[in-house]
Amino acid sequence: MNAANGGRPLVGIVLVSHSAAVATAVAELASGLAGGGATAPVAAAGGTPDGGLGTSSELIAAAAHQVDQGAGVAILTDLGSAVLTVKTLLAEEDELPPGSLLVDAPFLEGAVAAVVTASAGADAAAVAQAAQEAYEYRKQ
Amino acid sequence: MTDSETAATGAYDTAFFLRWMALVATAVEREAGRLTELDAAIGDADHGSNLQRGFRAVTTALAEEAPKNPGQVLVLAGRTLISTVGGASGPLYGTLLRRTGKTLGEAEQVDAGQLRDGLRTGVEAVAKLGGSAVGDKTMLDALVPAVDALAESFGAASDAAEQGALATVPLQARKGRASYLGERSIGHQDPGATSSALLIAALAEAAA
Repeated sequence: MNAANGGRPLVGIVLVSHSAAVATAVAELASGLAGGGATAPVAAAGGTPDGGLGTSSELIAAAAHQVDQGAGVAILTDLGSAVLTVKTLLAEEDELPPGSLLVDAPFLEGAVAAVVTASAGADAAAVAQAAQEAYEYRKQ
Repeated sequence: MTDSETAATGAYDTAFFLRWMALVATAVEREAGRLTELDAAIGDADHGSNLQRGFRAVTTALAEEAPKNPGQVLVLAGRTLISTVGGASGPLYGTLLRRTGKTLGEAEQVDAGQLRDGLRTGVEAVAKLGGSAVGDKTMLDALVPAVDALAESFGAASDAAEQGALATVPLQARKGRASYLGERSIGHQDPGATSSALLIAALAEAAA
């Protein structure tokens, strides 16, 4: 599945939103814009397990383990409890895969930058950097 | 024995911490409507129901897993809040209890000084997680004065937390969803500071 970079593991991307629909749609958009061929694994962790708006530490941890290939997991969030929950999970050693990090980036633009960069085989720091730089993309 | 003697010389065992958590759960059930009402004014009207869900799960987890010491009680309660609340109060209260519990370690009972130091470490972790300070109209406006007053007595800590929560009314929110309201957040009591005062009142009740 990693033909693009000779089979090396890729950085996984987790998208955390208060809304399952938002997380899923942004994941589809980012994967779609990353183009065909081998793309980095992306998982959505949106809403609460019962389908409501909110943040679920269990969905986040499950998504992170799902996309973990051993190269690190870059986690992007929307706001509020999504940010706090990821930070709280990162404060424990055993709740997220090794090499997981919270990326300080705009959710949608950062997700696109992260998936494109990770799909090209960049390491976790470079993926985070690319996503963070999306803050500098001005629209006017 | 007066409150101040209790705070100065008492020893607190697993049963004390279980009683504290049970009293918090009772207070949350009693006050959930009021917490949600306060949250409706400047937040998203779910603080009471979120904490209700969280502390019901805490009650179940403590009964099922039977933690063996004070540290384990608080770590389990904290973890349960983090995984069940679904809003910002989950990671915030979860961090408070989990960090306090980790600071208490595996001791079978702790003295007042250890409890105070543990709580202070927990409150500092909340401040770091939220990037907030006293005066931002958050939980810290009740928790920080409460921990300061704990050296005096549990009753003083409870009073300080209550006063701190009331003192959030004229403040403008600088953190969380309420901060989007800007000056319109002035004139409302902060729901997080209010629930924090319940937590400290339950601690005083457990010690009485």
